[in-house]
Amino acid sequence: MSKSSALVAVSAALVLAGCGSGDRPATASGTVTGDVTVFAAASLTETFTRLGDDFEAAHPGTRVRFNFGGSSALAQQLGQGAPADVFASAAPANMKQVTDTKTITDAPRTFARNRLAIAVPKGNPGRIGGLADFGDAGRKIALCAEQVPCGAASRKVFELAGVTPRPDTLEQDVKAVLTKVSLGEVDGALVYRTDVKAAGGKVESVEFSESAQAVNDYPIAPLAKARNAVAAKAFVDFVLSGEGRAVLGAAGFDVP
Amino acid sequence: MTRTRVRGRLPVGLVVPAVIGLAFLLVPLAGLLVKTPWTSLSTLLSAEVGEALRLSLVCASLATVLCLFLGVPLAWLLARSGLPGRGFLRALVTVPLVLPPVVGGVALLLVLGRRGLIGEHLDAWFGISLPFTTAGVVVAEAFVAMPFLVISVEGALRAADPRYEEAAATLGASRWLTFRRVTLPSVLPGVVAGAVLCWARALGEFGATITFAGNFPGETTTMPLAVYLALETDPDAAIVLSIVLLLVSVGVLAGLRDRWISGPS
Amino acid sequence: MTLNADLRVTRGTFTLDLGLTIAPGEVVALLGPNGAGKSTALRALAGLLPLTSGHITVGESTWDGADAFLPAEKRPIGVVFQDYLLFAHMSALENVAFGLRARGTRRDEARAEAARWLGRVGLDGHARTRPRSLSGGQAQRVALARALATGPSLLLLDEPLAALDASTRLQVRSELGRHLADFGGHTLLVTHDPLDAMVLADRLVILEGGRAVQTGPPAEVARQPRTDYVANLVGLNFHRGTASGTEARLDGGSTLTIPRPVDGPVHVVFPPNAVSLHAARPEGSPRNVWPVTVDAIEQHAHTTRVRLDGAPNVLADITTATLADLRLRPGDALWAAVKATELHVYPA
Repeated sequence: MSKSSALVAVSAALVLAGCGSGDRPATASGTVTGDVTVFAAASLTETFTRLGDDFEAAHPGTRVRFNFGGSSALAQQLGQGAPADVFASAAPANMKQVTDTKTITDAPRTFARNRLAIAVPKGNPGRIGGLADFGDAGRKIALCAEQVPCGAASRKVFELAGVTPRPDTLEQDVKAVLTKVSLGEVDGALVYRTDVKAAGGKVESVEFSESAQAVNDYPIAPLAKARNAVAAKAFVDFVLSGEGRAVLGAAGFDVP
Repeated sequence: MTRTRVRGRLPVGLVVPAVIGLAFLLVPLAGLLVKTPWTSLSTLLSAEVGEALRLSLVCASLATVLCLFLGVPLAWLLARSGLPGRGFLRALVTVPLVLPPVVGGVALLLVLGRRGLIGEHLDAWFGISLPFTTAGVVVAEAFVAMPFLVISVEGALRAADPRYEEAAATLGASRWLTFRRVTLPSVLPGVVAGAVLCWARALGEFGATITFAGNFPGETTTMPLAVYLALETDPDAAIVLSIVLLLVSVGVLAGLRDRWISGPS
Repeated sequence: MTLNADLRVTRGTFTLDLGLTIAPGEVVALLGPNGAGKSTALRALAGLLPLTSGHITVGESTWDGADAFLPAEKRPIGVVFQDYLLFAHMSALENVAFGLRARGTRRDEARAEAARWLGRVGLDGHARTRPRSLSGGQAQRVALARALATGPSLLLLDEPLAALDASTRLQVRSELGRHLADFGGHTLLVTHDPLDAMVLADRLVILEGGRAVQTGPPAEVARQPRTDYVANLVGLNFHRGTASGTEARLDGGSTLTIPRPVDGPVHVVFPPNAVSLHAARPEGSPRNVWPVTVDAIEQHAHTTRVRLDGAPNVLADITTATLADLRLRPGDALWAAVKATELHVYPA
């Protein structure tokens, strides 16, 4: 679903960019105004929506448009020339895909870190006590597929812990993993700490010691071809500001 | 009997949209073909691809068989039984068509999942758990694909002359015998066309499958799932997988078409 | 084992109310215009349509009644449908064997019996032929064999010759007549063709508006029609009137001289070829003579039929020679004459 919704969002963005009625580039004087289009990882949906509202409030006359999606899908869309001003990725690898194509000039900066957490259904019916239980074939386990960032991070964690996981399914994104946990289809899963937090009371979290060693960096950068370079830079600065860090921290991110 | 009839020029009002329509359908496929890294094709075709392809073909075929077993009688019920509220039932049957497949997958989990309304008892009494199994893939594909079969067969049944069934009755045939020996053979082209549509839809199924059955190589990773995940890291591999799926399905469909759904000639 | 039926079916504003008795071996033709209820009667007898009230009994067994309904597949019947309804995906042999198989005959026995029936209807070489490769006449014979193969006690024929062209029709009709003569059960033939009915049936039942308006042997019905529809079917001039002595006052107001004195309500009929047409009023013997105008002229195979307005209206068949003589055109004023001895008068 995330793929198709991302496509819809991209086509919508293309249409809007093409019509460009409210699209006024910032003046050379450096006044922050006009539209900013931000491509951001799906795991940033809640926090960035909030930050967008705050940014618009701080800079009257601006409007922030978001395209949330899987980081790799977004990177591919940018590679194909999708019009955007800012890219916020959930993985440095996807940011590198974009910088390799010279569509980014400024060095990307890490604005948040996410760490993995064990998610279990309410009441922990499978009695998951730690990472070691992920190697038990008798338990139903869901992990992210290795092709997506949370899957790559999970693999690192299991290597560090010396555990060979026996997953029953390798999901296409972290939200899909979370769905399996909240419906009780699996006994345990590895997801981001922010996802557990966002799920509210529907899933519970089990602490494990290796989590601090497998953190995932979130880089952000304005794009070279930004139509609204001034506002793009202003938005990146806003995310890195104290205000931005507070919002990210409240959502469960580690902020540098 | 083929005879060319000269009927003047083809109307522009039909030809132009038809050509645009054809291009609309074929150009994206052409794009895939153009972008295919033919030189590295062999290196990208791994054992896992073969496994995913085998699983796709097996599951789509099993799902089609399941749909035939359940869908043909359902179509008959809708077309022939005189059941009250058939119009409403017919609308309900098409729900999986409009439902986003992922939602369909969630719905299946809620019913057949480990904690689902029925799944809970299947698990407790028989130890049967469908999610994360190949059987789960078949169930998810059948759920999404069955409307294609039901609609196609029902259309054929409604177009078929019910007087043949009356003729069979006057010859002493029960309704069951009539269905088997008279009705079904007369709507066979509709059944085959529906089964082909159903199979094609099942083969391309992604959303309901990954949501209900999950993704595990050799168990539930069908080609569309493999394509999606490959797209995350290696777009070239994704294109190759798509091409393989495309070629196999076009091959099968073209073969079936020649054999079964040949138009009047 | 006489078939006894009181068919009452109400569908919307239409009501069928038909009493019907068919003796074993008897062929009854149900004749009537479109919408008269012929098909409804046939469907009710076949068990494809339950009666609203009334009954169908054959000997001791009740097929339809107040507390019994035998569905079509349980009735010992055979039906030949108007367009035969042969199963397209089966061969001629399989079509004929179908009823036997459905009623539990073993496969090889059923096929052997079906082959015998195909032979009986003269289709020995066509066992494997599919219906779409059969000619109209052949398809009709397969349909007849299929209906008779199960040894039904009631044979229902729904316009069995209507789909045939004129040339095959004659032959198939006489073949059908032979098979009906051999058949010991009850036969009901539904048709709107008077010729089929006259040739094939022992007795006619004329159905109009859901009711029987006349019933009797074909010769009697042909000679003494009781409604305009029947008179039209058998091609007679037909008038209702009241006789007093040798004079009949017709419902239209005119009078005709009749051959023998009668009193009371009567029907007066005479054939169109008994009518002669004259440019001037003919003189001489006591005749029925009255002025008419030409309404329409129809060319038939060997005669010309002239439809004339007057008191009364009349149909006249004239020879081509007379036609040339009179140079008739619609609107021409003429004199019509009929000898009293040509009139057939019978009580209404």
